[in-house]
Amino acid sequence: MSAAQDGAALGARLRARELEAAPAALNLLESAAPADREQAALLLAEVSPAALGGEAPGHVIGVTGPPGAGKSTLLSALLHAWRARGQTVAVLAVDPSSRSSGGSLLGDRARIEFDPSDGGVLIRSTAAGERLGGVARSTREEAVALSAAFDVVVIETVGVGQAETDVAEVADTVAVVVQPGGGDVLQFLKAGIMEIPDVVVVTKADLGPLALRARREVSAALRSLGSSATRVLAVSSLHPTSGIEELVATLDEHRDGLDVAARRLRARRAAALSEFAVEHGERGLRALHGRRAAERLLAEQDPALGVGELVATLERRAL
Amino acid sequence: MSDRQARLPERDRPWMMRTYAGHSTAKASNELYRRNLEKGQTGLSVAFDLPTQTGYDPDDELARGEVGKVGVPVSHRGDMEALMDGIPLGEMNTSMTINATAAWLLALYIVAAESQGVSQEQLQGTTQNDILKEFLARGTYAFPPAPSMRLVADMIAYAVEHVPKWNPINICSYHLQEAGATPVQEIAYAMSNAMAVLDAVRARLGDGAQERMERVFGRISFFVNAGVRFVEEHAKLRAMSILWEEIGRERYGVQDARHLRFRYGVQVNSLGLTEAQPENNVQRIVLEALAVTLGRDARARAIQLPAWNEALGLPRPWDQQWSLRMQQVLAYETDLLEYPDIFEGSKVMDALVDELLEGARAEMAVVAEHGGAVQAVPYMKAALVDSHRERIRRIEEGQQVVVGQNRFTETEDSPLTADAEGGILVVDPALEAEQVEAVRRWRSERDQSAVDEALAALAAAAGDGGADVNLMVPTIAAARAGATTGEWSRTLREVFGSYRAPTGVGEAAALGGGADGELGELREAVARLQEQLGRRPKILVGKPGLDGHSNGAEQIAVRARDAGMDVVYEGIRLTPAQIAASALQEGVHVIGLSILSGSHRELIPAVIAALREAGVQAPVVVGGIIPEQDVAALRAAGVAAVYTPKDFDITRIVRDVVSLVGADAAQGNGNGSPAGGDAGAGASNGAASGARARGASANAGA
Repeated sequence: MSAAQDGAALGARLRARELEAAPAALNLLESAAPADREQAALLLAEVSPAALGGEAPGHVIGVTGPPGAGKSTLLSALLHAWRARGQTVAVLAVDPSSRSSGGSLLGDRARIEFDPSDGGVLIRSTAAGERLGGVARSTREEAVALSAAFDVVVIETVGVGQAETDVAEVADTVAVVVQPGGGDVLQFLKAGIMEIPDVVVVTKADLGPLALRARREVSAALRSLGSSATRVLAVSSLHPTSGIEELVATLDEHRDGLDVAARRLRARRAAALSEFAVEHGERGLRALHGRRAAERLLAEQDPALGVGELVATLERRAL
Repeated sequence: MSDRQARLPERDRPWMMRTYAGHSTAKASNELYRRNLEKGQTGLSVAFDLPTQTGYDPDDELARGEVGKVGVPVSHRGDMEALMDGIPLGEMNTSMTINATAAWLLALYIVAAESQGVSQEQLQGTTQNDILKEFLARGTYAFPPAPSMRLVADMIAYAVEHVPKWNPINICSYHLQEAGATPVQEIAYAMSNAMAVLDAVRARLGDGAQERMERVFGRISFFVNAGVRFVEEHAKLRAMSILWEEIGRERYGVQDARHLRFRYGVQVNSLGLTEAQPENNVQRIVLEALAVTLGRDARARAIQLPAWNEALGLPRPWDQQWSLRMQQVLAYETDLLEYPDIFEGSKVMDALVDELLEGARAEMAVVAEHGGAVQAVPYMKAALVDSHRERIRRIEEGQQVVVGQNRFTETEDSPLTADAEGGILVVDPALEAEQVEAVRRWRSERDQSAVDEALAALAAAAGDGGADVNLMVPTIAAARAGATTGEWSRTLREVFGSYRAPTGVGEAAALGGGADGELGELREAVARLQEQLGRRPKILVGKPGLDGHSNGAEQIAVRARDAGMDVVYEGIRLTPAQIAASALQEGVHVIGLSILSGSHRELIPAVIAALREAGVQAPVVVGGIIPEQDVAALRAAGVAAVYTPKDFDITRIVRDVVSLVGADAAQGNGNGSPAGGDAGAGASNGAASGARARGASANAGA
C-alpha cells in the first residue's frame, strides 16, 4: 500500500508557487484510495480562495476541438510564446479512454514540443476516465491546484459539443480550435449543440484562401447567433508561425475583461452540482427537490468554498 | 512436342548480388567492401549509421551511443572518399540506404567521384529516398512531409537530367511488411507512395512535364520484401508488376514498354527471423530468396539477403558471406536461370495474383479518398499497427507456426552462438570518441568562409524565395565546400521546421470487450493493481536514441492499453532528459524502453541516471535486440527486466510489468513516494517479432 502523501504540505508548496511540487500533487489528486482522498481534500483546501485570500492567479484556458484540428501544434507554438514572456505553463492533456479496457493511450505530449530541461513547463496527460465525455473530477481539481502555482494552465480536450461545455466548468477562457474545412464545428455551433466559446482559433492559416473562408464562415455563424463577443482568429502554428502573438494577446484580453471571481464561483457551483449528480444520480437530485432548488442552495453558500466543500453541503442536505 | 520453349536459348544473367554492410568507420567499411567484392559480390549496398541517416554529426547529443553502430558514419566528403577509396566509381553500382539525407549523400558521392576523375553522368546506383515510408514505418525522417517531398522531387528531377544512370528513388514496400503489412497492404501502400512521388515530381517539373515524365517513370524502382510464405509472396510481385504498368499507362501516359517495366531490388524478410534456434533462419532466408527469383517475369534485379543472426545483434563478415553464398548457389549451381517464366499459364498463380490485385485496388482507393499517400500517412500507419498486432496475436495463439519459437521448441545447444560474444559483431565503443574528434578536426581544418557561404545559399534556396532552385545544386556546392552532414541538415531544419510523425497507436482499434483467456486475466490483475495504487497503473513507453524501429514499442503500448493501463507513448528519438522529464511529469509507475540499434549499453544507463536525478524511482524495463552477454550489465545498471526477440508473447511481458509495479508499490514506492517522484518504468520493445533493428535494411536498385 502506498503511504499517503502529505496533502497539506503539497498544497502549501503550490501556494508558494513551487513548481517542483506539482507532479506529486497531481499523483495524489488522481488517486481514488480513501487515504489519498482525505489528503487531496487537505491539499485543495490549501489552494482554495479562502487560503489564497482570493482567486488563484493562474489563467485557466480550455482548448478543445475535433481530432486533427491542430491543437497540439497550436499548443507548441503557444508554449513557446508564453515561455518567451517568462510565464510558467502547465498543460493537462485529456485523452479519451478505451470503453472496453478502461486503459488509454496518451499520445498527446509527444506532439507538443518543449524543452525538457525547462522547469517552467509541465505537461500531464490524463485519461478522461469512466465518466462519459468531458472533464474528469481529477482534471478539474488538478486545474484548480495548478492555477495556484503556474501562470497559465491549459486543459486540452478532444471533441466538439460536450467537451467545451465541460471545459467551461473549469476554464476562465474557452478556445475552440477549428481547421479549415472542419464543418462539424460550424454545424454544432449553428445547431446550438455547442456553447459559444470565448475564442475560436482557425488553424492552418498557411492554407490561405481556405483558412480565410473558414474564418468568415465561423464569424458569420457567430453573428447570426447574436454573439459579438467571441473573437475569431486565424493562426499558422507551423514554422514560420503567424497569428500566435495576436492569439496570446486575445486570450489575455479576455481574461482581463473577465470578472474572474464571478466566473470561477459560477464554475465551482456548476461543478459541485454535476459532481453530485454523477455520484447520486436522479434520486439524489430529487432528494434536493430538483436541480433548481439545488442551485439556489449552492448560491447561498460562502463564495470562498471549494467544490469539495460544496458537494459535501449538498450531500448533507440530501441525506 | 508443344511449340512452347521449355528452356531459354541462353542462360539468364544473374541478378545483382549485394550485402547490406557498413559499420564503425569509413576506413573499416571500405576494407569490408573490398573483401566482399573479392568474394564475388557484384554491387555495393551501403548501410549508414543512424546519425548519418537522420542528419546529425557524431558530436551531436542525439548521436550518443549510435555512431558507427548500425552502419558507417559519413559526415563529409572526406569520409565518402575514404569509404570509396580504391573502388572505381565509374564501374561500381552502389545502393545507398538513405532517405531524409539522401540528397546530401548523393551529393557527397558525386563529389567523391569527381576526386576519382569520374563525372556524375557515369555514376550508377540507387538512393533509397522514399521518405513516406519513413513516416510510416522506419522513422529516420528529418523534415516535415511537404519540404521532404520537395527534396525528393528535386533530387529526381536533377538525377534524370544530370545523373541519368542513377535510380534516384527506391519506393519501399520492404519496411511496410516489416511493420506488419499484409501482402495487399504492401502492394497498395507502395503503389500509393509511388504515385505521390510522381505527382510531386510532375508538379515540380511544371511546363513540358509530360515529355520528361516518361523518363522519370522509367527511373522509379522499388525495394520490396519477401516473407516465408513464398508462393503468395511471388504472386505479390507479379501483381505489383501488373499494377505498375497500369499506373504508368493510365495515370502518367507512359508509352515506352521499357519505361513501364516494374524493376525492383529486394532484401528478404527480417521480421520473421527468430532469436530462438537462429540457425533456422538460414532455411527461411533461402525460401524467401526463391519468392523473388522463381518466376522470370517478376524476378528481382538486385538481391541482398539478411544474415542468420540478425535477431541476435550485428552480423559479422562471415555471417554475411554465408548469405552471399546462398545467392551464388541459387544463381550458379541450380537450374533456375535456364527457363522462361515457370508460372506462365498457371491457373493457381493467376488466381492468386487476381485476388491480390483486387484487394490492393480497393485499398488504394481508400488511400486516394484520404487525398493520396501524403495525407493518408496517419490512416496507413494505424492500419499497419493493427495488422502487426493481428500477426503477433496469431503467433501468440499458435495459429501461425514459427518453428523453434512457438512450436518444436526443444533444442540442443547451438555451437554457432557459443563464442564469447555470442556469435555477433561488437562495435568498439571507443570508436565513437574517435569519430567525435575526427569531425571536430575536419571542421577546424577547412575553409570556414566557403562553408558559411555555401550553407547560406542552401538556406536561401530552401526558403520561399528559392522555390525555383533545385535544392541539389546548393547541396552539391555545400558538399564540395566541406560542410558536414549535421550542418546541411540543421540548415534545412531551420528553414523547414522539425517534425514528429504520427505514432499510429492512438488510432489502433481497441480489442473487443469480451476479453477472454489471458487478456481477461490480465485486465483483472490491472484492476487489482489499480486498487492497490489508488489510480490506474501508468506506463511510459519510450525509445531513446535515433533508432526509428518503433513497431515493438507500439505493440507493447497498445497491449498495455488493452490490458487497462494508462500508457504514455512518446514515439521515437527521445533524449534521456526528455524521458526523465516525461516520467516525472506524468507520474508513471513503470518505464519501458525499447532499443534495437545496439546502443543500449550507452543509452540505458544514461536514461536511468537522468531518471534518478529527476527523482524518479520507478522501475525500468528494457526490450530490444539485446545480446545475452549484455543483460547482466543492464541489470547492474538498475534495469528490472530485459526482453529480447525470443519473448514474443506480449501479453506475458505486460503481465510481468504489472507484477513488477505491484511488487514495487508493496515496498512503499508507487503512488506516494515522498520525493514527489512516484513514477514508473516501463515495458519493452516488442521484441516480439524478432525483428531486426539494423537501421535500415537496404535498398537495392535495379
